[in-house]
Amino acid sequence: MENKERYTISIYTENNIGLLNRISAIFQRRHVNIESINSSASEIDEVSRWTILVNVSEDQIKKIIGQIEKQVEVIKAYYHTEDETIYQESCLFKIKSDLLFEERQIQNIIKDSNARIVTVNKDFFVLEKSGRSSEVDLLYRELSAFGILQFNRSGRIAVTKEAMEITKLLQTFNP
Amino acid sequence: MKEQTALKQAPLTKDTERLSGAEAIIKCFLAEGVDTIFGYPGGAIMPFYDKLYHYQDQLKHILTRHEQGATHAAQGYARISNKVGVAVATSGPGATNLITGLADAMIDSTPMVCITGQVASHLLGTDAFQETDIVGISTPVTKWNAQITKASDIPTVLAKAFYIAQSGRPGPVLIDITKNAQFEELDFAYAKCHSIRSYQPVPETDSSSLQAAAELINAAQKPMIVWGQGVILGEAEKEFKAVVEKTGIPAAWTILGASALPTSHPLNVGMVGMHGNYAPNMLTNECDVLIAIGMRFDDRVTGDLKRYAKQAKVIHFEIDPAEVHKNVFADVPVLGDVKNTLAAIMPLLQERKHDEWHQNFKKLHAIEIEKVIKEDLEPSSEGLTMAEVIAQVNKESEGKAAIVSDVGQHQMAACRYAQFQYTRSNITSGGLGTMGFALPAAIGAKLAAPDREVVAVIGDGGYQMTIQELGTIFQTKVPVKILVLNNEFLGMVRQWQQLFFDKRYASTEMTNPDFVKIAEGYQIPAKKVTRREELAQSIKEMMEAKTSYFLEVCVEKEANVFPMIPTGASVSECRLE
Ligand SMILES: Cc1ncc(C[n+]2csc(CCOP(=O)(O)OP(=O)(O)O)c2C)c(N)n1
Repeated sequence: MENKERYTISIYTENNIGLLNRISAIFQRRHVNIESINSSASEIDEVSRWTILVNVSEDQIKKIIGQIEKQVEVIKAYYHTEDETIYQESCLFKIKSDLLFEERQIQNIIKDSNARIVTVNKDFFVLEKSGRSSEVDLLYRELSAFGILQFNRSGRIAVTKEAMEITKLLQTFNP
Repeated sequence: MKEQTALKQAPLTKDTERLSGAEAIIKCFLAEGVDTIFGYPGGAIMPFYDKLYHYQDQLKHILTRHEQGATHAAQGYARISNKVGVAVATSGPGATNLITGLADAMIDSTPMVCITGQVASHLLGTDAFQETDIVGISTPVTKWNAQITKASDIPTVLAKAFYIAQSGRPGPVLIDITKNAQFEELDFAYAKCHSIRSYQPVPETDSSSLQAAAELINAAQKPMIVWGQGVILGEAEKEFKAVVEKTGIPAAWTILGASALPTSHPLNVGMVGMHGNYAPNMLTNECDVLIAIGMRFDDRVTGDLKRYAKQAKVIHFEIDPAEVHKNVFADVPVLGDVKNTLAAIMPLLQERKHDEWHQNFKKLHAIEIEKVIKEDLEPSSEGLTMAEVIAQVNKESEGKAAIVSDVGQHQMAACRYAQFQYTRSNITSGGLGTMGFALPAAIGAKLAAPDREVVAVIGDGGYQMTIQELGTIFQTKVPVKILVLNNEFLGMVRQWQQLFFDKRYASTEMTNPDFVKIAEGYQIPAKKVTRREELAQSIKEMMEAKTSYFLEVCVEKEANVFPMIPTGASVSECRLE
């Protein structure tokens, strides 16, 4: 078995309803688990950017990129190692408001973690935190001791340190 | 960098016309040069059929007896002619019946456009009568697919469909069109699609790769070529032959590459793979440079990858970048269209003969003749062999016939023993191994190439998978020749049971009907042969018939196909018995 590593995949695509199906099938057929997936607007008009996180060998990731690029509506796909990107996740916690006032500890946690209070009412407050997944994990562990009403976490979003040639490529058809 | 230009819409040639979506589909077909389509009507596609009624003089519709037959017929049509095959079906069961043909066309890179009717758009997602998510279902087996819900999208989407199906590495495209979009009107104008900004059908060729490839080839002492269907799909037969002849390199073919170079060509050293020829299989593990051209190193070709051509430097001429390094690492990948890359490398290549190296092929081939071929062609046993039947077809057709084979032992016999003179003469289901392919594919092939003799070679098992297409032959009078090699077994599976499952013949024995009577029910002249003395005359009769003809040849029941590379074995462990 080759060494597995975490890779972030960036895919630039046309907006297309069926593409999610095509892309996810590529992973499913090869028994590759998608750790997280995010699709959003990109820096280019009418071009979507997908960020997919997987744990595979380098040989596998190259083949997967080949299969992704083969899809008609994929403009370009890249893969990056952990040090090649700046990445973040974000998460929301819904917690009982009583705790905010009764547990000094919680206030410290919020301060130390750089989490942000999004809203507070008499029943609950909502905390938002963006950061690396280890930071989100840590905050989750700390808060779970007090009881969390709801927790939700986004997939990874990332930008690369080096420029991707896509920017140039796209200039040719989006002058 | 990729040449990526914005979708260029060619200027409209005509002013727009007010048409229904259904009629627009037909107009798109005509604009793409389609003359024949294969299909089966039903509720959701009825508006299209209704309009088709008025275009019968321009667009021939072949009513197959099952939608799977329509897809294979479209494939046969495409494979012999290099044109896009078109199949049409209704929604629901009509659409799902296309799946096998789509999967077959996908894995064998056949250009095909399938149109399915779909329930009206306001019913989508309501589990309406005959609604099925065919776009979802067909996604993994199409190069591209899309759903149209309004008439005005028909021309641009169909233009894209035809472009995608036939450009780059070809493949099947499915377009699902709701019933309301067929009824609605649009201002119709058609512009062919020539580019899509996110799609690069042919990768750029790096000229240094050509240089590197030429250096390896020129320095090689024991080079070997393995070519695949890419040579045929790229219409590069001439360029390919020139390279082979200049370099003098022994050239072997994959099952789908067959016929790109005539069988009798002195540099053609036979088929590689599980039932391929002994010499090219064995010598794959002795060559110093392996030149793969338009092939994808399928496991049926390579056997155990860990012991496949490890000693060789590998050059891979390939149009699909995802195929490079997929199964076999290529020391020198040469990306691009083989028609261009082979032409471009020609001047860089030295003229060679490789006489000594060729002797190795001859020696091993002599062993194969001794151990396998002699007994296949001139059997000492009473029972007829599949090989001698194919040899008779060669003789009668002088190697000019297109052989459309099904899947199983007879397929291997057909590919091993057919003498091909012309390209696009071996039409068979390679990657998917779809039993039932041959009969409908032969119909499509004959319609696309009426001047060619088309012989379907089918086993008694596979024949019964699409036997209903005899009805299509009856109705359209398409003169295909049907040659069923009857061993009363699902022979290929029985062979494996004999060799690897201690002869436990579980569910492989067939109790067959009277095939001659069935053919006669469709008024197809039919004959059954059981003895060697009758064989030559019967094949002659079949080949000389001006109409379709059915010939059943009862062959040895428990014969095996050799050579054989058992699953998991290396190519150099090729067995002769
Ligand atoms: C649709 C389909 N089902 C099952 C198989 C598995 N299979 C491969 S070869 C074969 C036997 C084919 O028997 P027959 O058509 O009689 O040809 P023969 O091998 O006897 O020449 C079978 C069942 C297949 N390839 N395709």
